Amino acid sequence: MAELHVELVAADRKVWSGEASLVVARTSSGDIGVMPGHQPLLGVLESGPVTIRTSGESGSGTVVAAVHGGFISFADDQLSLLAEVAELTDEIDVERAERALEEAKSEADEGAERRADVRLRAVTAAR
Amino acid sequence: MGAQLRVYKRRIKSVTATKKITRAMEMIAASRIIKAQRRVAASEPYATELTRAVTAVAGGSATSHPLLTEAEQPKRAAVLLITSDRGLAGGYNSNAIKAAEQLNERLTAEGKEIVSFIVGSKGVAYYGFRDRPVKESFTGFTDNPTYADAKTVAASLIEAVQQETAEGGVDELHIVYTEFVSMMTQTPVRDRMLPLTLDGDQATEAAGGKGVLPLYDFEPSAEDVLDALLPRYVESRVYNALLQAAASKHAATRRAMKSATDNAEELIKSLTRLANAARQADITQEISEIVGGASALADANAGSDR
Repeated sequence: MAELHVELVAADRKVWSGEASLVVARTSSGDIGVMPGHQPLLGVLESGPVTIRTSGESGSGTVVAAVHGGFISFADDQLSLLAEVAELTDEIDVERAERALEEAKSEADEGAERRADVRLRAVTAAR
Repeated sequence: MGAQLRVYKRRIKSVTATKKITRAMEMIAASRIIKAQRRVAASEPYATELTRAVTAVAGGSATSHPLLTEAEQPKRAAVLLITSDRGLAGGYNSNAIKAAEQLNERLTAEGKEIVSFIVGSKGVAYYGFRDRPVKESFTGFTDNPTYADAKTVAASLIEAVQQETAEGGVDELHIVYTEFVSMMTQTPVRDRMLPLTLDGDQATEAAGGKGVLPLYDFEPSAEDVLDALLPRYVESRVYNALLQAAASKHAATRRAMKSATDNAEELIKSLTRLANAARQADITQEISEIVGGASALADANAGSDR
């Protein structure tokens, strides 16, 4: 089966890379699923969870990452997800995110609230 | 102990203390280079992917974007100069400043007004001393820049670019920083960030050596993607420049401190020689005084015997 190679990179590090059979991400015009052989694509990502269905050497499973804005680009079965900040769900501290969400809500800090919300959504999606 | 000898001993002691300090600074800088280099390497995947995406949009679509097209008569150019907050790095800061000066001269000759943005207190001090106008300056993070720092710097650059020229906006964006080539070589570079120049080499490299970029489908539209991409592109370029500058600064510090340590060693050696000579001169003098005194006594005794 055809596979696509995924590189999930944040501004200061490479977060995840490997083979996948399906990647679902949210662009500004809605959720988009990319499978091998998709036509070349370049889109703007919304903050939200990105689901990677892994295959091949990385084993079959699901990797979910919280992505805070960024881009998706796909060509020749090479998919790159660029984000200023990206975290895998196992790197997310749920309690801290929940606390941050409460704090952000009480302080009406929209940016922080969105960030915490994205993290929690990603964790929920991974379950 | 002779007075001369005491002076030498004192100087040796003080040079030894200085040597210890410079040696420590050398080692600290050496350990920081490795860390800084690693961060440069870690930021690379993002930068290459982003450059590839920008190249794809700019080359693959017929869109004209104000940040991509050359102004017909560029009136103002922003120059971002990256220096360090602290000195003791040999010619590091003055080289970067010199490169910026050359660039400024060239741009002025082309009839463009310079708008300066400065990172690092050394550059700020240089411009402040000469009473030159600085649009904005940033200090406090040059040793260990984070992406958030790059974002604040880039934000004010982008703001300047997006302003209308008539209202004081800039048409071009240049960046001067020190590239980390290797442990021994760091060269100041002058780059034009915007408008974007896509020469053939870069485009081919970005396409992964395949020569032709695929025709992309843009989501939601080419203009929107470009609008979102370019600020990120500037940020990532600034971030990369900051990281390279930090690595270069540490390398320059290490080299400067190494030669300071070597010089101190040399100095200690020659001072020890001088101190030894002074000590021997003291001893010789003492012996000749004793001998002289003894023979004078002997002469006196011989006189009284008679």
